[in-house]
Amino acid sequence: MHKEQAANMSNYLTYQGKYKGLLGWITSTDHKRIGLLYLYSILTMFSVGVLLGLAMKLELLAPGKTIMDAQTYNSTFTVHGVIMIFMVVVPGLPAVFGNFLMPIMIGAKDVAFPKLNLLSWYLYVAGVFLVLAALFFGNGAPDTGWTFYAPYSFKTGTNLLPAVFGAFVLGFSSILTGLNFLVTIHRMRCPGMKWTKLPLFVWTLYGTAWIQLLATPVVGITLVLIALERLFGVGVFDPALGGDPILYQHLFWIYSHPAVYIMILPAMGAISEIIPTFAQKQVFGYKAIIASTMAIAFVGYLVWGHHMFTAGMSGTAQYYFSLLTFIVAIPSAIKVFNWISTMYKGSINVQTPLYWAASFIFVFMIGGLSGLVLGALATDVHVHDTAFVVAHFHYIVFGGTGFAFMAAIHYWFPKIYGRMYDKGWANAGWLVFFIGFLALYTPMFYLGMMGMPRRYYDYMKEFQGGNILSTFGSWILATGLVIIIVNLVKSARHGTPAEMDPWHSKTLEWQVSSPPSVENFDEIPEIAENDGPYNYK
Amino acid sequence: MSNEKHHIVPYRVYALVLVALLALTFASIGIVSIELGKYTVAAALIFATIKSFLVLTYFMHLKYDKPYIKAMVAFVFAIFFVVIVITFLDYLYRT
Repeated sequence: MHKEQAANMSNYLTYQGKYKGLLGWITSTDHKRIGLLYLYSILTMFSVGVLLGLAMKLELLAPGKTIMDAQTYNSTFTVHGVIMIFMVVVPGLPAVFGNFLMPIMIGAKDVAFPKLNLLSWYLYVAGVFLVLAALFFGNGAPDTGWTFYAPYSFKTGTNLLPAVFGAFVLGFSSILTGLNFLVTIHRMRCPGMKWTKLPLFVWTLYGTAWIQLLATPVVGITLVLIALERLFGVGVFDPALGGDPILYQHLFWIYSHPAVYIMILPAMGAISEIIPTFAQKQVFGYKAIIASTMAIAFVGYLVWGHHMFTAGMSGTAQYYFSLLTFIVAIPSAIKVFNWISTMYKGSINVQTPLYWAASFIFVFMIGGLSGLVLGALATDVHVHDTAFVVAHFHYIVFGGTGFAFMAAIHYWFPKIYGRMYDKGWANAGWLVFFIGFLALYTPMFYLGMMGMPRRYYDYMKEFQGGNILSTFGSWILATGLVIIIVNLVKSARHGTPAEMDPWHSKTLEWQVSSPPSVENFDEIPEIAENDGPYNYK
Repeated sequence: MSNEKHHIVPYRVYALVLVALLALTFASIGIVSIELGKYTVAAALIFATIKSFLVLTYFMHLKYDKPYIKAMVAFVFAIFFVVIVITFLDYLYRT
């Protein structure tokens, strides 16, 4: 008993170092505490983003002005996008679950550069405050859309520069996390942890880290060019000064399309951990999943132009980008086949994380297939800049990354907090959220096909039915979200103590105590030749 | 990690590289005063490329690193090259 109490005292949640309380957390270089700092910061910003999204849906309940004017609507969708993309989905899974779990999964005591890791979180917070400063100071919140497209970005009279600089700083946070993960995965794997024995979540973090490291500087320098354009009129993007606004779109999407894979790859990794666990079966096609992960990371660099088919790009480039866009669908489909095949003839144990994982596959498939409509040149011209695009990327980004985040938090919650959540409420939360999600975004496919443009606070009377359904969906989704968050917060404090391995999983994080001790392992583990992360009987 | 051998570069090499970088910086500024027309940008890029090569090779120690590190850097440059080529598919064929 005494031994157990001593072990409990030394877990990362109760550990007391030089500082106590909040200071003990914000000065900690423990990868697990940093992961949770990210979790709380990201959830705070996610809540703000959700409230802005709900306000937009409420505005679209009826044609004309409902609760806000056109200018406020423009600012609302801009800030919603900036928060959700740069502060929630890009850092989301890597910064929270990557930080918390990756070192344990590879048998290490921490990441390669713990202080740099803490600095990444501080940069994240600094970026958040800079963007928020744009809302409360100057000539009103930015209204250009989260893409800061030229010429809006150097013509708008709103307070754009702090938001752009905030996104720049957030980019640095992302780069440093990517660098840290790359070095950690290369250099700190425990003995016997060969590349072919790495858990798939770690593989996806590895692919993601390369994208974070190589693509993010491109958007950084592009945002600096916008600042130079606004402040000094250098004329890189302004046609009146000999610049090219389409060049801005190239530079922006050279980062921002790979960024979609920063968002989705770790999500796929989390799903690849959950499905073998709840099927109690060796993952189907381990090497195919790794190959498809790296293929997505690589080909994902080369398809950015599909965001610009109607922007005035050359026809040759359009054909090329369309072709590669179709090619990038293949590795994504390989993963889906592998997940389904893993479940086939498995001993399926239906628990909350599996509900989220299965619904992830469902919504991700719809999102992916609707992406082909946008990747084909002829159909894209019809639906470009309509509600169809909004539906597509919310199915991918929210349905993909968001559902995987929920799957991950319900999967690793007992490990993170050492307590189990109420499964009944967790399942109820999933069901309400899932119904709300479908009701919120599915009508947008129809509305877009019928020609309703995106980013307008007003619409024609014919579109009202779909918009009413969509707005109702947003309320159902928000209800589901409240159920989920209340359940998890309550369970983190008062849930029943969790076992070390409640799901009977094989990866290393389930071989340490729940919650893990400060240094994860008393002794660095060794992986035997016939051991593996998915060795189920 | 600790039992790996590290190559020690003499200070003289670093000093020579620093001098070369400074000389190339002044050269890239000086070249602007010569009327080269459309080749001005090419000249600036050549100087920048040589400087990057020196920094990567000596200051970033690439010359003495293991082949897989060199392969990673080569991979990065390959991606960069492909991205540039693809971008120019737009500019060269735009009507």
